[in-house]
Amino acid sequence: MYLKFENNNEKLLVHMMGELDHHSAEEVRNKIDDRLNRDDMKKLIMDFSGVSFMDSSGIGVVIGRYKKLAYKNGTVCITNVNETVRRVFELSGMFKIIKLYNSNEEALENI
Amino acid sequence: MYDNMMKIEFLSKSENESFARVAVAAFASQLDPTIDEITDVKTAVSEAVTNSIIHGYGKEEGIVKIQAFIQGNELTVIVSDEGVGIDNVELAMQPLYTSRPDLERSGMGFTVMESFMDSLKVQSEKGKGTEIIMKKAFKSLS
Repeated sequence: MYLKFENNNEKLLVHMMGELDHHSAEEVRNKIDDRLNRDDMKKLIMDFSGVSFMDSSGIGVVIGRYKKLAYKNGTVCITNVNETVRRVFELSGMFKIIKLYNSNEEALENI
Repeated sequence: MYDNMMKIEFLSKSENESFARVAVAAFASQLDPTIDEITDVKTAVSEAVTNSIIHGYGKEEGIVKIQAFIQGNELTVIVSDEGVGIDNVELAMQPLYTSRPDLERSGMGFTVMESFMDSLKVQSEKGKGTEIIMKKAFKSLS
């Protein structure tokens, strides 16, 4: 999986491209955590527009970042999820605690 | 009996998760499924294979087997390993339950398999291994 980071006014926007499964999850989590720690960021936007496949490993990645940032009084949201990715997230009830936005602009304005 | 069948075996390396789901999807494509149906199968296979790799074998390396059968418009996928087996299948299948909270797993694997396939059966014996049998009928043909 390929990740592209953008720093927007103390908000870290990560564009994810490729397939998110158990194999790629570890790399994704390490790269995001590195970037959050290095720049001491508390707000994370995960852009799923380039994610072509995701299994339940993706739920673990998002909730894991949520727990880390909640500890620092930060926040996580996700954007641009397609229908199949949304179905996986919905099974977990994750949207009760993590907000979903239709665009990165909307997310940047609201978190 | 069945109309068609395939069998694959591979090492329990996480690199093979994508190989496994794509191989089953390619086999199932002869049933002319919709994109949604094929994504459901890929996701369920990914969950089953990941379980064998993380929980069945863990740090050990072993062989994960997949058999797939086509009968009419129905696909049957059997994912099996000869790993540690599951102590309490009922508990393992509960949403959000994970035996490895250290790994940042969501505990949603069996729930995903159950909701994305028509049926799911789990047979496991401690010390012997686990077999997952999943079925899905493709509506596009009927």
